[in-house]
Amino acid sequence: MAISPNSFRTGPDERGHFGLFGGRYVAETLMPLILDLEKAYGEAKADPQFQGELNYLLAHYAGRPSPLYFAERLTKHLGGAKIYFKRDELNHTGSHKINNVLGQVLLAKRMGKTRVIAETGAGQHGVATATACALFDIPCVVFMGSVDVARQAPNVFRMKMLGAEVRPVTAGSSTLKDAMNEALRDWVATCETTFYCIGTVAGPHPYPAMVRDFQCVIGNEVRKQIMEMEGRLPDTLVACIGGGSNAMGLFHPFLDDKGVRIVGVEAGGKGVETGEHAASLTGGRPGVLHGNRTYLLQDKEGQITEAHSISAGLDYPGIGPEHSWLKEQGRVEYVSATDDEALAAFQLLCKLEGIIPALEPAHALAHVTKLAPKLPKDNLLVMNLCGRGDKDVFAVAERLGMQV
Amino acid sequence: MSRITKRFEKLKADKRAGLVIYISAGDPDLASSYEILKGLPAAGADVIELGMPFTDPMADGPSVQAAGQRALKAGITVDATFDMVRRFRRETGDGDTPILLMGYYNLVYQRGAERFCKAAAAAGVDGFILVDLPPEEADELKPHATAHGLDTVLLTAPTTDDKRLPAVLKYASGFVYFVSVLGITGTKSATEDAVRSHVARLKRHTKLPIAVGFGIRTPEQAAAVARHADAAVVGSAIVDRVKAGLDPSGKPKPGLTAGVLADVTALAAGVRGTVKA
Repeated sequence: MAISPNSFRTGPDERGHFGLFGGRYVAETLMPLILDLEKAYGEAKADPQFQGELNYLLAHYAGRPSPLYFAERLTKHLGGAKIYFKRDELNHTGSHKINNVLGQVLLAKRMGKTRVIAETGAGQHGVATATACALFDIPCVVFMGSVDVARQAPNVFRMKMLGAEVRPVTAGSSTLKDAMNEALRDWVATCETTFYCIGTVAGPHPYPAMVRDFQCVIGNEVRKQIMEMEGRLPDTLVACIGGGSNAMGLFHPFLDDKGVRIVGVEAGGKGVETGEHAASLTGGRPGVLHGNRTYLLQDKEGQITEAHSISAGLDYPGIGPEHSWLKEQGRVEYVSATDDEALAAFQLLCKLEGIIPALEPAHALAHVTKLAPKLPKDNLLVMNLCGRGDKDVFAVAERLGMQV
Repeated sequence: MSRITKRFEKLKADKRAGLVIYISAGDPDLASSYEILKGLPAAGADVIELGMPFTDPMADGPSVQAAGQRALKAGITVDATFDMVRRFRRETGDGDTPILLMGYYNLVYQRGAERFCKAAAAAGVDGFILVDLPPEEADELKPHATAHGLDTVLLTAPTTDDKRLPAVLKYASGFVYFVSVLGITGTKSATEDAVRSHVARLKRHTKLPIAVGFGIRTPEQAAAVARHADAAVVGSAIVDRVKAGLDPSGKPKPGLTAGVLADVTALAAGVRGTVKA
């Protein structure tokens, strides 16, 4: 293992690398566009007017700050750590995805782009992008695997109502990775007018850093809120990871607080040992896909293998490159939770707290139910409840053998 | 001098442009794919691009995607691809036709750039075109490629402006592949005017030969490109012809190889009948 750096928050380097990971592995056609984007984002980041506009939208349109909520009944039930939820499921559009999308669509406008494309898995990023594009009157096309179109029908309908065109992708496994391939293929043909709004902390530089920056509002708010409520920083942070944007948003502001234990929960599908899962860090190895080097699910040759998860939002064979780096640095622990564990956690939260979580954070919660009982009662645990479960009711009903 | 450089010198001496033909290794199956490869030089291919099928070919259109899927289903591997080249060199005795491997970087990275280059060179491969390895990331491959005498053909696009070109050309050897349209393989085609002006622009920056690809399907289109560039690259039209030679179950119909090679011959006639402008 490498020697720990003085700070875990300075990455990436000027070439977009987090140690071995990240980078810009894209076709030459896109390279000049990505360099432009990097420059435009750098300027926007330093522009108080851009930040002011974004902060206004986050507060008055998306409903930030989201509450930090003490889950008293769940805490009692588990009998250990004091559990708080960061309620990002209460944001407009129902997840943390809006934080990033408002930033990127503002940037698209600033760059003079006249069309926005996005990929989506569960549909949360697609809905958020369609929403921001409606607000700014920009045409929007969302690529979505045909398997996901079927299992996330409510979100497909939402995107259409918001004026977006949803293009089902039937290539490959017809899920999130294939949607991303198709979005990249569209972008290469339309890059002069089109902004590609990536939904997670992955893709070529500057996306992993840019999306992280936009999502850091989550962790920055938690710092402030927990100080007000408890007078000190949390002891434990837990978040689910597909590409890893909600987790990075919560984790990053705490990376240099050595006393804060940080845990990311990947989708274990039917169990990591079965091979049918989406746990890239647990069950994969470094490779190059979708513009960056990161942990990937792949065979011996380097062919990408299909991910499996009950949650369409976690069903991706890769992960953001900064997470790969944090794993190798040993700063963040990465574990996994299975479909069945997530389903049980989903039901538990409905009954105990009156909150229907999305299946994605249900994975984080599944790990909390294992971890919290082993921790002392004064351990402050914050879990990012990054999405609400309305979109998942049909999928869950089917799994539970119930009729909606 | 590399095989690629020699081939372009010869084309220059012959006062004509070359024809570069792309096929996906292992498409539709290993045996048929080898038969096609073996026949390409006699049919008029001056340079061969042998595609390394990848599950997620982000820069390719439906034709090349489907070809890769067929090949992966048929069991193509990197070693089998090397074997095809080794067998080609041994059985045909053709030591002049350059063969480049074209594909995506992960297959190289998983084997390790050094091991990959060593094995490729030993098999008789002459260079690489790696779609998702721009000059910014080429450092990890270039020294190993050079050490094993392999050319690294880099892509340039209409978006690669004069400011950026030198950075790309610094890593290029063999020839420069100009992607003539914004988009994926096998979809749009560039106009002859656009090809002419882009080739002229590239020639101001480099002495390397310029091959132009993307959207070239017919002998006429190949001829139009051959008037201005040093070579025309045809890929999707060839793999589409492979597909047309399959029965509904995906098995090759009789005459598959002959049909593909007849198309190559027609394209070669287009290129060879053209006087460079």
